[in-house]
Amino acid sequence: MLHIINQSPLANGTLDSCLRVATGGDILLIEDAVYAATAGGAMEAKMREAMKRFKVHVLRPDLEARGMADRLLDGVNGVDYGGFVDLVVANKSCQSWL
Amino acid sequence: MSDIKKFMFVNRKAPYGTIYALESLEVVLITAAFDQDVSLAFLDDGVYQLRKGQQTKGIDTKNFSPTYRALEGYDIEKLYVEKEALEERGLSEDDLLVDVIVLPRAEMGALMDEQDVVLSF
Repeated sequence: MLHIINQSPLANGTLDSCLRVATGGDILLIEDAVYAATAGGAMEAKMREAMKRFKVHVLRPDLEARGMADRLLDGVNGVDYGGFVDLVVANKSCQSWL
Repeated sequence: MSDIKKFMFVNRKAPYGTIYALESLEVVLITAAFDQDVSLAFLDDGVYQLRKGQQTKGIDTKNFSPTYRALEGYDIEKLYVEKEALEERGLSEDDLLVDVIVLPRAEMGALMDEQDVVLSF
């Protein structure tokens, strides 16, 4: 299953909620959620832990817009819009955590 | 002039995901035109607004971050950034695109108390 998150991890509990409930699969971080895919902050340890259970992807155009492309956490897979579509197609279902 | 008030704009949202950051900038520029005493405070995710190197071509959105550098030209020079918010996000002063005054949370609160008008974005 593909979990799509679009809220900032430090301003909103959406990603935490997803990590608590979901059992595994793919997570795609888009819009303000891309900050969760960056190194050096309070989220890094939690994301490293999450990456043991999930394959984590980040939408590169959103990361670049926010000036954080040079902070991408090791092991997070950057995708473009085509990659976003591929993830949706490859998964049986997807959930946008609004 | 005795009718100058102290205005503080409190910015707590990341750019682009919502319209708040851009709207705040617009109102800041309007306020500056009225010769008021303007301060900007960047707390929580608001510190991301000042991040260097924003490239918005891929999201078809206007990159408004260069505007923060233009504020000086409008005599807006008091940009305060919350120290703890930077640290939580793995950022330092060098990662920001303008010169700022970094303040610990407690001092930021005291500064807020001194204002006549506080506008929150």
